[in-house]
Amino acid sequence: MTTASRSDSRRGDPARPDNRLLRLRVNGTVHSVAAPPHAILLDVLRDVLGLVGTKRGCDMGTCGCCNVLIDGRAVMSCLVLAHDAQGKDIQTIEGLAFDGPDMHPLSKAWAECGGSQCGFCTPGFIVTCHELLANEAAPSRTRIAEAISGNVCRCTGYKKILDAVELAAARIREAEPASAPAKSGGSK
Amino acid sequence: MRSDRHEKLHPHDDAVQRHGLIGKRIPLIDAQRKSTGQELYTDDLRPADCLVGKILRSPHSHAKIVSIDTRAAEAMPGVHAVLTGKEAPNSFGVLPVSQDETALAVDKVIFIGDGVAAVAADDEETALAALRLIRVEYEPLRAFLDFADSLEEVPEELRIHKKTVDGTNLHKQVRQEFGDVDGEFDRALWKKRMSFRFPGVQHAFTEPLITIAHYDADDRMTVWSAQQVPHYLHRALAKVLEMPMHKIRVIRKAVGGGFGGKSDPFPHEMVAALLSRKCRKPVRILFDREEVFYNNHGRHPSKIDVGLAIGKDKKVAALDIDALIDGGAWGSFGVVTTYYNGVLANGPYRVDNFRYRGRRIYSNRPASGAMRGHGAVNTRFAYEVLLDEAAFDLGLDPAQFRIDNALPAYTKTINEFRITTNGIVECIERACAMAGWKDKYGKMPFGRGIGIAGGFYISGSALPIHWDGIPQSTVHLKADFDGGITIHSLAAEIGQGSDTMLAQISADVLGVPIDQCRVYSDSTDTAPIDIGSYSSRVTFMAGNAVRRAAEEMRRLVIGGAADLTGYPPEVFVLEDAHAINATNREVRVPFVEALRRAMKDRGALQTTGCYSGPPPMGGQHKGAAAGLSPTYSFQAFVVELEVDLLTGKPKVHEVWAAHDCGRALNPLAVEAQIEGCVHMGLGQALCESFDYNKGNVENPNFLDYRMLSSTETPDIHAILVETYDPEGPFGAKECGEGPLLPALPAVANALHDAIGIRFYEMPITADKIWRALQKQKKAAAGSATQGAAK
Repeated sequence: MTTASRSDSRRGDPARPDNRLLRLRVNGTVHSVAAPPHAILLDVLRDVLGLVGTKRGCDMGTCGCCNVLIDGRAVMSCLVLAHDAQGKDIQTIEGLAFDGPDMHPLSKAWAECGGSQCGFCTPGFIVTCHELLANEAAPSRTRIAEAISGNVCRCTGYKKILDAVELAAARIREAEPASAPAKSGGSK
Repeated sequence: MRSDRHEKLHPHDDAVQRHGLIGKRIPLIDAQRKSTGQELYTDDLRPADCLVGKILRSPHSHAKIVSIDTRAAEAMPGVHAVLTGKEAPNSFGVLPVSQDETALAVDKVIFIGDGVAAVAADDEETALAALRLIRVEYEPLRAFLDFADSLEEVPEELRIHKKTVDGTNLHKQVRQEFGDVDGEFDRALWKKRMSFRFPGVQHAFTEPLITIAHYDADDRMTVWSAQQVPHYLHRALAKVLEMPMHKIRVIRKAVGGGFGGKSDPFPHEMVAALLSRKCRKPVRILFDREEVFYNNHGRHPSKIDVGLAIGKDKKVAALDIDALIDGGAWGSFGVVTTYYNGVLANGPYRVDNFRYRGRRIYSNRPASGAMRGHGAVNTRFAYEVLLDEAAFDLGLDPAQFRIDNALPAYTKTINEFRITTNGIVECIERACAMAGWKDKYGKMPFGRGIGIAGGFYISGSALPIHWDGIPQSTVHLKADFDGGITIHSLAAEIGQGSDTMLAQISADVLGVPIDQCRVYSDSTDTAPIDIGSYSSRVTFMAGNAVRRAAEEMRRLVIGGAADLTGYPPEVFVLEDAHAINATNREVRVPFVEALRRAMKDRGALQTTGCYSGPPPMGGQHKGAAAGLSPTYSFQAFVVELEVDLLTGKPKVHEVWAAHDCGRALNPLAVEAQIEGCVHMGLGQALCESFDYNKGNVENPNFLDYRMLSSTETPDIHAILVETYDPEGPFGAKECGEGPLLPALPAVANALHDAIGIRFYEMPITADKIWRALQKQKKAAAGSATQGAAK
C-alpha cells in the first residue's frame, strides 16, 4: 500500500536533517517552510501550512480532491513536489473562496445550487472551475462537464455542479462590463 | 406530466397552510462551509502531538498465525506503541448476531489485507519502518474463493468463522415460501428461469476511512471517526476496550460520503483507540485508497437465480428467487442482506406466490456489507429484466404491464409487509409522460432504445437491530436567552442533508428563520441516541422525533406569549419569528420575548421528541421482521440510450427518474439524492466492478475501479411524486436509496429495445455488447430467421 509520507508531526521542523528550506507563495503570501526534498505539495499545504481546505482523496492523482491553482492552472497537488512549486503562484480554496468580504460567485452558486452533498470533493472542483471561468466566460454544459471530468464526485451525479458553474458564470458576466474579453487564464 | 401535484395537499397539513419552510427548496445549511473549504472533516483535525498509526496486513488469504515477534519494532526510536490481536480479543460487529470481527487477527488471518499488528509512531516513515520489523510466521490454509468451495463441508480449522451452517463456510441460509409457487409455474401462461451474475461494487466515497483516538488524562477515550453510525461504534468500542460507554466519546466530524460504507464499526477504529490507550497520546489512522478498497464492505458479489411465472390473466403469478451472495471475511450486515435479497422483491408489484432461498457464504476476501439500496439492488435487476421479457414476449407494453401488476396503496403483501402510501402508478405514468414513452418504445432505429423499470424500498427498519427498548431516534431541543434553537441529535450528517432536515423542521414548527437553528449532531456526549444514517431511516425517524420536540417547544413558547398578553394559548400561532394571535393578528409578541417569558422561573427551555417505531406489524413466519418498515418508497425510471454499433459502446442520454418520496420536505435535497442514486446505479450497470485475482483485489483505486465521469453521466430528470405518508414527518418518506434500484434494469431493458439483446451479467460493458452484437450478426447471417441473440 502506498508509502507517501504524511501526517508527520515533525515535518516543518528545520532541525530534521533532511529538511530543506523552501519558499512557497500561497494565496498571495510567501511562506518559508522546512520540508524534505521529496515532500509533496499537498502534505506541505495541509500539514505544515494548515491549509486543510485542500482535501486528500486518493494520493495518486485520480480524484481531483487536492486540486490547487498553480500559476492559474488547476493541478493535483498530490502529484507535485513542493520544491517544484517554488517561484510559482499557488492558490488554494482558502484563497479563492472569498473576494474580500464577499463570497466568490463560484462558491456562492455552489452552495445555492446544491453543488455539494458530502462536500469532500468540492474544494477541488471549485479550483478546477476557477481555471475554467478564467478562460471561458460562457462555457456550455458540455464544456463544463469536460473541464471537471478529472474530478470525482460520488454524491451529486454532477447535475447540480453543472447548474452551479453555469449560474456563477452568468453572474460573473453580469458583474463585468459586457465588452471585456475573457481573461486569458494563467497558462503561460 | 400531471399538473395537480402541488394542489394535492394533505388535509391535516398545517405546514402548508402556514406557508412555512416545509416543501421549500433550501440550500443545505452546511453548503457554504463546504463551498468555501471551511468544513472540517476528521483528517482536518490537528490534535497536538498526534502520532501516526499504521496496520500490518496479511499477505495471505487464509492462514494460521504461528507467531508474531514485535520486539524489534518496540525497540525502534520514535515508536510509542505496538499492538497485536491477542491484546484485544473481544469480538465485535454491527449486528448482535454477527460479532465475528476483532481489532486485529487473533489466531488466523482470513483475507489479504486483514490486520495482524499495528504501531503508533512519531511519523509515517517511522511507523512504516516499524511495521517492516515485525516478524509474523504464518501457516497457510486452503483459501475459499468461490461459492462452490464455501458450500463444501470442511474440517473445523478450515471454517472461516466458528459459527457457520452445517460445517461449511456458509454464513447464513434463509427460506420463505408463500402460496403455491410450483403450481403456478405449472399453470403459467409465460414462465422463465434465468441466472444472473453480479460482481461486487464499492461505495467509493471520496474521503478515505480515517480515525483519530485519544485516551486522555482523565482516562476518557475520545474517538473522532468518519462514521454513519456513531452509536454502533460507541457500543463496539465499549465492548472491545472493556470500558463503560460513558467513558467513551465518539465524535463525527463532516463525513466525506458514506453510501453504507461507513456504517459498520471498523477494526481500525478499535486499533486507533487501543494504541492510544497504550501510549496516552492521540493516534491518527488514515487509510490510503488501496486500504479503503480492501477494508471496505461493498455490495455483495452475487449469483441470483430468478424464476418468474405469468398467469393466464397476464399478471405476475409466482416469483421464485434463489440468491447466493458472497459475504467475504466478516458477517457485517450480511444476515440482513441475506433476507433483503428476497423479501424486498415483494413490491412494487403484487405477488401472491413467492418462494425465496437466500444463502450468504463466508469467503477469504474483503467483507461485503451494506451499500445504497442494501440487498435489494441485484434481485431488483433480475426481476425487472424478466418482467420486461414477459411483457415483450406477450406483446404487452412494459409500462402498462407494470401498472397492471402494481400493488395498491394500503394493502398487505403476501409476506405481510404493511403497505401504506404507494405512488408506483404515478411514478410510471409521469416518467413515461416526460420521456415520451409511447412515441419511442419499440419505435426507434436499431441501436437506440428506451427502457423502464420500477423499484421498492424501505423507509427505515421497523425494528431496530438492538432489541433493548431504546427509541430509534431521540432529539433534544434547547432554547435559551439568545433566542437561538439548539438541536441535539446523533443522526449523522453525511452529505445527505440530515442536519438541514432537523433545522428545517424545527424552524418550520417554531416559525423562525432556519438560521436561528443550530445543529449539534457530532458527539455522543451531548446528543441523545439515534441509530444513525443507514437503512434510509433518518428523515422518517429523526424527522418525526424533531417534529415532536419542536411541537413541545412551540407549546412552551406560546405559553410565554399567553402569559405576556393575557390571551389564551390556543389562539396563538408561531410565524415570522413572532407569536401571533390568530384571531386578532395585531397581537404579536416577538418570539424571543415569548421565549424569555416562558423561561421565567425555569431557565432555558429544553424539550425531547422521540420515534420508537411503527405500531406492531408483520407476520409470524421466520424472518418476518426482515424488510418491515413503517412505510415504503416507490420509484420508476425510464432510460433512453444509444449503442455505438461499431464499438458496442453504450451511451445513456437521458434518465427520467420518478420517485415517491411521500413529501419532498426540501425538493432541492430530494432531487440531489435521486440524481446521486441514478449516477451510482448507472455506474453499476455500465462499468463498476470490484475485480479479484484469487484473494487479491485487481482494481483498488479510482483509475481501475471505473465510475461514470461527469462527461458520461446523462441528463437526469428527477420527478418528485408526493403521496403524503400519514406517519412520515409532514408526509415524508425516504429518498436516499430507493432511487438507485430501477437504474440498472432500466438500462438493460433499454438495451433490449435498442439492439434486441438481453444481458444477465453486470456490468454491461462495451465489450460484452460488441460480442453480443457479433453473435447476433452471425446468427442473422447463418439463418433466415431474425436473430434474437443470447
